[in-house]
Amino acid sequence: MQGAEKNNMAVNKSATDTSYVRFENVQKSYDGEVLVVKDLNLDIQKGEFVTMLGPSGSGKSTCLMMLAGFEPATHGEIFLDDRPINTVPPHKRGIGMVFQNYALFPHMTVAENLAFPLEVRGMSRSDQEDRVKKILDLVELPQMAGRRPAQLSGGQQQRVAVARALVFEPDLVLMDEPLGALDKQLREQMQYEIKHIHENLGVTVVYVTHDQTEALTMSDRVAVFEDGVIQQLSSPESLYESPQNSFVAQFIGENNKLNGVVEKVSKGICQVRTDDGTLLHAEKVNVEGVGDKTTLSLRPERIELDPPKGTKNVVKGRVEELIYLGDHIRVRMNVAGNSEFIVKVRNRADKRPLKEGQDAKIGWLAEDCKALDYVGQL
Amino acid sequence: MGKKMSDTAVNNMGTQAQKLAAENNPLITADGIPLKQKLAKTTRKMKMRALLLTMPLVLFIIVSFVIPIGQMLHRGFYNPAVSNVMPNFSIAIKDWDETTGEMPSDEILKVFVEDLALARKNREVGKTVGNMATRINYELPGSRSLFTKTARRADKITEGPYLDELIAIDKKWDNHNLWRTVKRASNDYTISFFLAALDLKYDENGEISRADPLYQIYVPILMKTLMLSALITFLCFLIAYPVSYLLSTLPLRTSNLLMILVLLPFWTSLLVRTSAWIAMLQTEGIINDIMVYLGIIGDDGRIQMIYNQTGTVISMVHILLPFMILPLYSVMKTIPPSYMRAAKSMGATNSYAFRKVYFPQTIPGIAAGTLLVFILAIGYYITPALVGGSDGIFISNLIADHIRKTLNWSLGSALAAILLVVVLIFYWMYNRLVGVDKLKFG
Repeated sequence: MQGAEKNNMAVNKSATDTSYVRFENVQKSYDGEVLVVKDLNLDIQKGEFVTMLGPSGSGKSTCLMMLAGFEPATHGEIFLDDRPINTVPPHKRGIGMVFQNYALFPHMTVAENLAFPLEVRGMSRSDQEDRVKKILDLVELPQMAGRRPAQLSGGQQQRVAVARALVFEPDLVLMDEPLGALDKQLREQMQYEIKHIHENLGVTVVYVTHDQTEALTMSDRVAVFEDGVIQQLSSPESLYESPQNSFVAQFIGENNKLNGVVEKVSKGICQVRTDDGTLLHAEKVNVEGVGDKTTLSLRPERIELDPPKGTKNVVKGRVEELIYLGDHIRVRMNVAGNSEFIVKVRNRADKRPLKEGQDAKIGWLAEDCKALDYVGQL
Repeated sequence: MGKKMSDTAVNNMGTQAQKLAAENNPLITADGIPLKQKLAKTTRKMKMRALLLTMPLVLFIIVSFVIPIGQMLHRGFYNPAVSNVMPNFSIAIKDWDETTGEMPSDEILKVFVEDLALARKNREVGKTVGNMATRINYELPGSRSLFTKTARRADKITEGPYLDELIAIDKKWDNHNLWRTVKRASNDYTISFFLAALDLKYDENGEISRADPLYQIYVPILMKTLMLSALITFLCFLIAYPVSYLLSTLPLRTSNLLMILVLLPFWTSLLVRTSAWIAMLQTEGIINDIMVYLGIIGDDGRIQMIYNQTGTVISMVHILLPFMILPLYSVMKTIPPSYMRAAKSMGATNSYAFRKVYFPQTIPGIAAGTLLVFILAIGYYITPALVGGSDGIFISNLIADHIRKTLNWSLGSALAAILLVVVLIFYWMYNRLVGVDKLKFG
């Protein structure tokens, strides 16, 4: 949690007057006993694509519902364009929203669904038709205007739902796991389409998902939620490259963990003695100093087989299992007492093949290994 | 997207090509038997199974439903009371042409007197002169005694002219309309009972005309039944809609508990429930007592809330309420809250979102509930009989009266048939307005 607090402070510092959406010390409880959202501070710039990522029950959807106005904040204030909106009812917030199951009105045609927000705003019939036509072209469904939602495929319904959230040209669009019901291939395609729509229209998007690939693909910034707290808020790249704590390292991408104790710190690099006595070098990220217990985090693709001389960390491991995946081979090894240690070996013709039970020499750079908060027994 | 569309197009073309091929030369299985024949053979067993499984129900429905209803409808048209008692006369009278204005010929009257005398002599159960006289009395009130009196003296008449002899017994025989009525009644098949059920009759000239205002009872009661049923349905809807909405939005545990309260009346005897309303509503009852105690009304100004239309409406709304709540609830349960949220996020106020988004989606439930309650109400019997007094009775109470008290089964059957037709008409109108395929009971 240390990292998380540090992070929240960092977010506070970066709060500027230009932020479009701002959560200030927002807390939420449903039953008066458990805080679902604990002291949330978040700034979203205009035109940004921010994803709230986290396991179910981490409070991310609740945050979205509070922003949309369907749930009141128990404490704190939410600002939209520097206006406090806690007391503004949802229909006056002017926020577009895409729901998990699309919530397309089954008794209306696609065109009627799309015209709904325009009708509410008292727009003339001809203007409505123009807008509906334009937005249907944008989502590439011009021939579907007369259909009912039930007559559309999942992907088409998804597009209509996005179109309906955009048709009244809101500045802010919220999406609550909108791709959850689609199959993998369609989901990937829709990710790109939503990303492109965002780029073309320049709307601010707040997106909620539990799928890390989705978050990394689409977002400008990702807020990783856990236990009602933002663990890290940063770009997809730095989220993966420099996780601020063990939870983020574990949640985003694949990750090897090794436990140890810090023996020495110099120039941002600490020497860590693992439980079985191996001495490793790692970048100091989330440990206090000498004598601290730490969990080292290491990406499988950063580990090299038969490392060149001068590599900071070189250890021996025993190959436990080989899984052939075409472009690479997943090697499960027993390294420094951890038998779940994964190494991704590129599939190359010039390398001699590994065998199960064999000992192999592996190595990695100190910068690729992060010393993070201790998570306990592996 | 485009790719997907073209894929399905290709598929369609593929199946069409297959169909064409099938028409030209039928597909054949490996052992040379046409595919369709083989398929029929393999599915025959399943079809037989399905038939056997439904057979008990089909038989039960035929015995307990189709046959009785058919009989009832038949009885409304068919009444052989006259031909049973006077078989020869009922054939002979057919030769009389009543349109000429002349009385029946002497031969016909001879058969009449003989049949009458014979019927009096060997009376059988259900074939007495009295039965026949009652049948004719339905159409010509006050004529019953004429037949019984004449029958007693019929064996004294030995020779003609028979009309004069009959007139000698009673002057009423000298009446052209009487004989026309007798001729009509001697036909086994008649629409007289349907005419009576619709407050119509044959007048002195043999034309169909409206009954005297004093005798017009069935159509007003039928109208009242329809009006009260509509009112009961509407009140049920008003009460049930918010309750169902609440039930559908509450967490499952709470809603289950409340649902038991809704269903509790279902599990209590209808008689107990109705009697409870008597205790509540009567002039010395609980509600009046409370109002007197609170000073809303004086002790001498107690309100008559039972044994009239008010009593019928109140207790029937209570009894039929579950039939409205259940279909509404089951439909509302399937409407996720995200619809209303979506509407609000697009700028709709609560009431706008309700009118345009929520309400239209509950229409299948409303349709099912109102149809169910309305049709149940039209045919309701016990409650109006117990709490309706004379003012709040329904058409089914009259039907029951004719079946059980006056024993005019034909009229009862005709009334029941008319009720059935009215229900079918409503069902048809409903189908046109709402579409029966849209009904949702759960």
